[in-house]
Amino acid sequence: MSTPPVPTDRSPETLRLDAALQLLQQSGLALPDVADGRTAWLQAVVDGLCNLSSRDPLTGLANRRQFELALAREIDRVARAGEPALVLMIDIDHFKQVNDTHGHAAGDLVLKEVARALHDCIRPMDTVARFGGEEFAMILPNCPPAFGLTVAERIRLKVQGRSVGVAPGVDVAVTVSLGGAFAPQWVRSSAPLWIERADQQLYRAKAEGRNRACLEQPPVSFVSAEEKGLLFSVSQFQDDSE
Amino acid sequence: MSASIIAVTSGKGGVGKTFVSANLACALAQRGERVLVLDADLGLANLDVVLNLFPKITLHDVFTGKSDLEQAILPAPGNFSVLLAGSGLVEYSRLTPEVRDKLLEVIQAVTPRFDRIILDTGAGISDVVLYTISLADEVLIVATPEPTSLTDAYATIKVLATQQRRRRMRLVVNQTNLPNEARVIRGQLQQVVDRYVTPAMADPGQPLKLELLGGVPSDPAVREAVQKRQLLLEMLPGCAASKAIGGVADKLRA
Repeated sequence: MSTPPVPTDRSPETLRLDAALQLLQQSGLALPDVADGRTAWLQAVVDGLCNLSSRDPLTGLANRRQFELALAREIDRVARAGEPALVLMIDIDHFKQVNDTHGHAAGDLVLKEVARALHDCIRPMDTVARFGGEEFAMILPNCPPAFGLTVAERIRLKVQGRSVGVAPGVDVAVTVSLGGAFAPQWVRSSAPLWIERADQQLYRAKAEGRNRACLEQPPVSFVSAEEKGLLFSVSQFQDDSE
Repeated sequence: MSASIIAVTSGKGGVGKTFVSANLACALAQRGERVLVLDADLGLANLDVVLNLFPKITLHDVFTGKSDLEQAILPAPGNFSVLLAGSGLVEYSRLTPEVRDKLLEVIQAVTPRFDRIILDTGAGISDVVLYTISLADEVLIVATPEPTSLTDAYATIKVLATQQRRRRMRLVVNQTNLPNEARVIRGQLQQVVDRYVTPAMADPGQPLKLELLGGVPSDPAVREAVQKRQLLLEMLPGCAASKAIGGVADKLRA
């Protein structure tokens, strides 16, 4: 691969961009014309590198680094705002079999197709990342516990509905198992703890037969509907005597 | 003599718990008490923000043995002392035996030297919050008239009554908009407590009593003080909210 042209009046003189430019070229990013301004050009180089370092090259999803940044931000947010947020860990079922039977190129096609299916399921504020190997992770801010299982099931069915053509006439049916955990309300969790709780549910989904979603049970509310009813009933304008 | 320990808690976050803790400390100090506020919101400390302090030494340093407890007790504006959690305490947001022991150790060490210790706890009913409250002689619940705040306050009351067998809890209603609102809210909470909590307690013969220490009216001065990172009682001692907090202090001391 030939190295793309570098502006000649480099400053500082020691700036070496050859490796960076090669990476950007490989990723297909078009840089603005150097003649339009060196600062803009350099900014585009930096932005391009940031983008590259936050994405998984195979699937184009956020990579683990980007996921951890997003998770830290979400932990900050829920700790103060107390809003519900869900983390899902998603693992492709029997992925090793695909690799062993059809080869690693087929495995890559499966990873890409699952990534596409996951990407099609999310809202703009959600994060979906390739966590590692055949495991994916999702952060769903502002997801009420009552909707959690519905969301996870929708993702499961979306993947189940797609088969991957790994060779002419050879289609592989793919399913995923999902495990999810909600952020503890008002408590600052830590990233490893939150992921661990979702992971435990993923193990449960695997153990219960795969192609299913298991969510950690949200803590039981301490206040029943009757109690709430009484708390907000009638005597709004009555004074009380202590 | 050792200090009387009061835990300030809220159920829901963002209802002004730390604001009440800091200004109540100031009011008590004005009444001659030696007061220490301990930022026990280990995961999400913000007492330093409210008081505009930039602590170099925090509870974290005491916990890890980097500093003496003495050095971590800082003077705050308002003539009281503070022991700040600092953001390094994120890893203590779970109640491990270590956190439990260290917190207890710190509190035991400071009680002989003060008249009053205010434990500014985290929101919610996590195990750290419940444990911190268990170390206190008294509980002060801060709520606003907003429905979710009231529901969460009630949940806290219920848990404390059943798990810690508390028979008395103090209540401050923050951000009231009507003159009688705090009293009405206390009545509403007491009504549900009488019906659902007391009968479920181990000894229903001793009913749980909610005692209103006062209502703090919504006051534009409060926002101004918070934004300027000043104690309301120092910035505008004559405003309605300041007077209300003075009333809370008087009632607490009565």
